[in-house]
Amino acid sequence: METVRVERGTRTSYAFAVVALVALAALIAMPWWGEAGQMRLVAEMAYYLALAQLWNLLAGYAGLVSVGQQAYVGLGGYAFFYLTGALNVNVYVALLIAGPFAGLLSIPVSIAVFRLRGAYFAIGTWVVSEVFALSASLITALGAGSGLSLTPAIVREIAPDRAGRETILYLMTLAISAIVFGVVYLLLRSRHGLALTAIRDSEPASASLGVNTFRTKFIIYIVTAACTGLVGGLIFLQKLRISPEAGFSINDWTVVVIFMVVIGGIGTLEGPFIGMLVFIVLRELLADYGAYYLILMGVIAIIVMLKAPSGIWGYISHRFNIELFPVGRRLALAPAESVGKK
Amino acid sequence: MEWINTIIQGTLLGGIYALFAIGLSLSFGIMRLVNIAHGDLIVLSAYVALVVGQGTGLDPFSCLIIVVPVMFLVGYALQRGLLNQTLSGGLLPPLLVSFGISIIIQNGLLQGFGAYTHRLQEGAIETASLQFPGGISIGVYPLVVFGVALVALASLQLLFYQTGLGRAFRAVSDDPNTAELMGVDNRKLYAVALGIAMIFTAIAGVLFAIRTNFDPAAGPIRLILAFEAVIIGGLGSMWGTLIGGIVLGIAQSVGAALSPTWQILAGHLAFLLILIIRPSGLFPRTRD
Repeated sequence: METVRVERGTRTSYAFAVVALVALAALIAMPWWGEAGQMRLVAEMAYYLALAQLWNLLAGYAGLVSVGQQAYVGLGGYAFFYLTGALNVNVYVALLIAGPFAGLLSIPVSIAVFRLRGAYFAIGTWVVSEVFALSASLITALGAGSGLSLTPAIVREIAPDRAGRETILYLMTLAISAIVFGVVYLLLRSRHGLALTAIRDSEPASASLGVNTFRTKFIIYIVTAACTGLVGGLIFLQKLRISPEAGFSINDWTVVVIFMVVIGGIGTLEGPFIGMLVFIVLRELLADYGAYYLILMGVIAIIVMLKAPSGIWGYISHRFNIELFPVGRRLALAPAESVGKK
Repeated sequence: MEWINTIIQGTLLGGIYALFAIGLSLSFGIMRLVNIAHGDLIVLSAYVALVVGQGTGLDPFSCLIIVVPVMFLVGYALQRGLLNQTLSGGLLPPLLVSFGISIIIQNGLLQGFGAYTHRLQEGAIETASLQFPGGISIGVYPLVVFGVALVALASLQLLFYQTGLGRAFRAVSDDPNTAELMGVDNRKLYAVALGIAMIFTAIAGVLFAIRTNFDPAAGPIRLILAFEAVIIGGLGSMWGTLIGGIVLGIAQSVGAALSPTWQILAGHLAFLLILIIRPSGLFPRTRD
């Protein structure tokens, strides 16, 4: 009598979606109620969230533990600076090209690094990033070791005055982070997401059930590189200058991102968000004590990895059985009364 | 003649890279651990030598008497206290725990010593060189380092094939479960293994710090160089590590001869090239 149907969400997740949309609306309206300093912090949180989601997609789902994603942050940044500075391309067009450019370069890179497995893959991606950093420091057109700056003319192209610029940059960062999050979320809810989740849980088992693991990983690597490049272009548009050291910094663009994902909960969509909040809070609290926040992040990441490998969100979700961004499918008996009668 | 000199310098440079790589290769060979903190442990050894030298007035070579046992204990404790707990959980835990250790060491050194560069002073041997007919000149110090690398590899060979400990290492490397059934205490053995790896790391750290400036951020590039030497040589192959180091050293010397800024990049490119044409390295041994 009862029918079985496939549910894609829960009551909590629908309620949370409403809360999230209200929060997003409040953030979009921030230029009208927030201060410039707060807006910069929110923008930073937004791009870190995007980077964390992308690394999580790569490592948490596709099993590609890369420590070389800074390569694509730097490539995106450099592409943006070169296009606007040397080739006089419009700022927005340049930003749109920066992402696909990084994605394109990730194809030959994948040919080399996909030959390595596991931890060796990780260090291989790092070597590639070093190659890009060293190359950038040798190319005179890219400003060699000292890098490139955005000229005032390019900056004025966005908006003539400072306040207007900050508003536009803030909204762009918010939009791009939301888009990246949306892409990751929809991807995971799609057919490919099912394949990815299967790979996350067991690569040999998923392969034996007909998942083309190589192709799936390859696609994820390239999509992630392109999105990371886009975020990279955006980050350095805000910083107004780029150098090989800053653009390809493993600490800024990969280490802290990995810590965020691990502490928050790898292989979940909620985890990177929590990890990003933990990072920002720790950094702001310990701002006066130099690098201690990084040491503390390292200690927390080790403890989480050893004692609660599924991270803060993994613990909460297991304890209270909630999912805020459900990507799976669950079977439900409907209507509920018929279950009771039986 | 210029080129012969370049090749010789590159070969000798390979000695220090092989020393960097031995510890990494050992921990991979025995417990399949890729230690991301390896480079930072090399740099930590240099700092230990710096502190010991300042405290006692000993020269860097003599400092090894203290640095080596200290680093053995560091390795033993890291494996026993942290890394052993990551063995059963797949790829991510050991990688991320050693990644965390790496960041803690780097930033700990930064807080303790500041971002200044240091160098260990060994005196006249650093600049002495041997002259050969035909304008070939060989630095005494690189030659000593290369000799140390050879002795290190030979002593490992002896350890692995002539001692009971070596037999136990080979047994757990081949099949940890069966080794355990035969009465080997794997966890203790792994701790000893990382301790031994750290002995070579300590030697590498002190020898490199006599030749090159170091600062708290000097670790990651040492890890990459060690890693490249291991991969070029072939995973798990001890003498392959030396060949890997030499290939890397020659590639860098040739690069540097073309233009000084090309040195490191040329090494990376040689590594990527070998990776593409011969992914399992020149002399592969173990499979992961």
